[in-house]
Amino acid sequence: MVRACAPFIWRKFLPVPPSRAAARDAAPVVFPQAARAGLANAQLRANLNAATTTIREKRAQVVAEVGDWEELRDAAAAIKDSALHRLDTVLLELEATVTKARGIVHWARDAAEANRIVVDLVRATGADEVVKVKSLATDEIRLNEALEAGGIRPIETDLAELIVQLAGERASHLLVPAIHKNRTEIRDLLRVALDRPDLTDEPTELTAAARLHLRAAFLRARVAISGANFAVAETGTICVVESEGNGRMCTTLPETLITVMGIEKVVPEWRDLGVFLQLLPRSATGERMNPYTSLWAGVRAGDGPSAFHLVLLDNGRTRALADDVGRPALRCIRCSACVNVCPVYRRVGGHAYHTVYAGPIGAILQPQLSGESGQAGSLPFASSLCGACADVCPVKIDIPRILVRERARAVAAERQGLEGATLRRLGRILSDRRRYERAQRLTRVLQRPALRDGHLRWFPGPLGGWGESRDLPGVPAQTFREWWEARERGA
Amino acid sequence: MIGRAALFVTCLADTLYPSVGIATVTVLERLGVSVSFPREQTCCGQMHFNSGYVDEARQLGQRFVDVFAGEPVVVTPSASCAAHVRHQYAELLGDDARGVPESVVELSQFVSGLGAVAIGARFRGTVTYHPTCHSLRVLRVGDSPLRLLREVEGLGLVELPDADECCGFGGTFAVKNAAVSSAMLADKLDAIESTGADVVCACDSSCLMHIGGGLRRRGSRVRAVHLAEILAGAS
Repeated sequence: MVRACAPFIWRKFLPVPPSRAAARDAAPVVFPQAARAGLANAQLRANLNAATTTIREKRAQVVAEVGDWEELRDAAAAIKDSALHRLDTVLLELEATVTKARGIVHWARDAAEANRIVVDLVRATGADEVVKVKSLATDEIRLNEALEAGGIRPIETDLAELIVQLAGERASHLLVPAIHKNRTEIRDLLRVALDRPDLTDEPTELTAAARLHLRAAFLRARVAISGANFAVAETGTICVVESEGNGRMCTTLPETLITVMGIEKVVPEWRDLGVFLQLLPRSATGERMNPYTSLWAGVRAGDGPSAFHLVLLDNGRTRALADDVGRPALRCIRCSACVNVCPVYRRVGGHAYHTVYAGPIGAILQPQLSGESGQAGSLPFASSLCGACADVCPVKIDIPRILVRERARAVAAERQGLEGATLRRLGRILSDRRRYERAQRLTRVLQRPALRDGHLRWFPGPLGGWGESRDLPGVPAQTFREWWEARERGA
Repeated sequence: MIGRAALFVTCLADTLYPSVGIATVTVLERLGVSVSFPREQTCCGQMHFNSGYVDEARQLGQRFVDVFAGEPVVVTPSASCAAHVRHQYAELLGDDARGVPESVVELSQFVSGLGAVAIGARFRGTVTYHPTCHSLRVLRVGDSPLRLLREVEGLGLVELPDADECCGFGGTFAVKNAAVSSAMLADKLDAIESTGADVVCACDSSCLMHIGGGLRRRGSRVRAVHLAEILAGAS
């Protein structure tokens, strides 16, 4: 029954219209402008706030249960650093162990090369569609667009990824791609996309509808594509962590399995998983353990896929590796705890970042991977440096530190117009006590016409944004140092 | 007991909030600390550093070290400036930091470090405390300021909902990303007003400039007051 109606149904699973996706990326958008759109969307802010608050509270609860949480974080950072410091040999070890288990390893320098490898592998099977496990690496290289261009239909099987794909949108959260949508919006989307006008906004009903459709695709699929949460060099084991079971379907049912993995995902030893599998679910979804953890090494006769390909993706990672300040960004296990606590992300949503990796980690990963600061250099500035991200990071990435360094790179590359001129001038004033004191006295005179009840409400040039929501006191009749001097004279 | 300390008042308190500097002197002197004010001081360079202007930050940092070198203790009423000097100077200046970073102490930590909790302060009114990001997550002052506030005679302390959320200041972030900053501020102000407190208190004039500026703009009756001013019993 399901099989019989499948072709009709799947015709509705249209690929993302390329023109819409391209148009979004054409204009050079800077974060402050993009953020205003997110801020103005009350529904989006309400959805985001509800969802991130729930995840944050769950996370805090299950993290507090773990007595040695800080030691686990230290261990995870140390394991990642040790793998990154000898990535050349660890990756060769992984290639050897995967090959020994009758998997085939491919090396891709960049997105184009990785896409070419994957498209060729799928074509060689004769399949014209693939089922996909949720994978940020494949989002990063825009594999779906490459597959479509090659006449292959990618079917996202993670529910949220499916929703985003059906809506022709981009993910707005690393882990919860459709976090910007509430269930009513999802109901409206599925009613049309799945031709199910009967659907209510009951989550169980929506999930059942998606499951019915996905089941057909799983049973039909000959090729699956996944990412990897971890790969163990010692054993050649790939690890995928998920909640819905769609990943397990993809990694076991089809004849051919292709895994695209960033080279920083490798860990040296099997026992390292013991650390990460405690940290990741708690940090990501606030669960003690995620429902499905799939582990496999190569292929095994009569059990699962008969062909396994591992595509090792560089795409800027070795450049990041060479940077001693930015390198810790490669420890990232994509848990998105930093995203959920980020006060900026929580108010503007992921689309404002215009990157695959949104939120604080995206603001440092994007420049690391691409070699240029995202959104015309505006992303590293999209943070109040409150440090909430660094506090929750399970692999202890000092995100604010890397953000500040990216800012320094942006300033070194470009003079930053009037803002740069103002800050440089201010630097000169502050580096000379007499000049500084003269500036205090001069401001006291110049501010007079603008003062209202001792305060300023409007500000010129790059300071204009302050006046959107804030007053500022003027320089008072006596600065502290003038008070001090008067007191000294009196004494 | 520490007999003397140099005051780093910060460029912001010096220029816009002299009462914070005066209150800091009052508190320190009440504790028997002899206070000096090296007049050559200007700015620690925090804003330049955080905004990506490394050359200026290094120059100002070097200047700060030259001014305060040899001072055994430098007390400052700013958690973010203390955090900048203590946590960034070593990397920014290398050996040129000459031991200065370790000598710089934020006011509430200094007072708590003396073992002084009840310092004879009086304050009439209800106060809610906003733990600033740098005091909370970089300096890790913990509950030092709260313990000090609890001992102030006449002061009613009320808890701030979502206290550890950033107020949205972030230095140049407040002007570069003014809309996001304003949205963060609005939520912080709502939380403050929901407590019914007369005063919101913090350990940093920069965050208080932001919060206070927002309260004034929305015509709130709540005042933003530095911890030093409360401990000095000035109001």
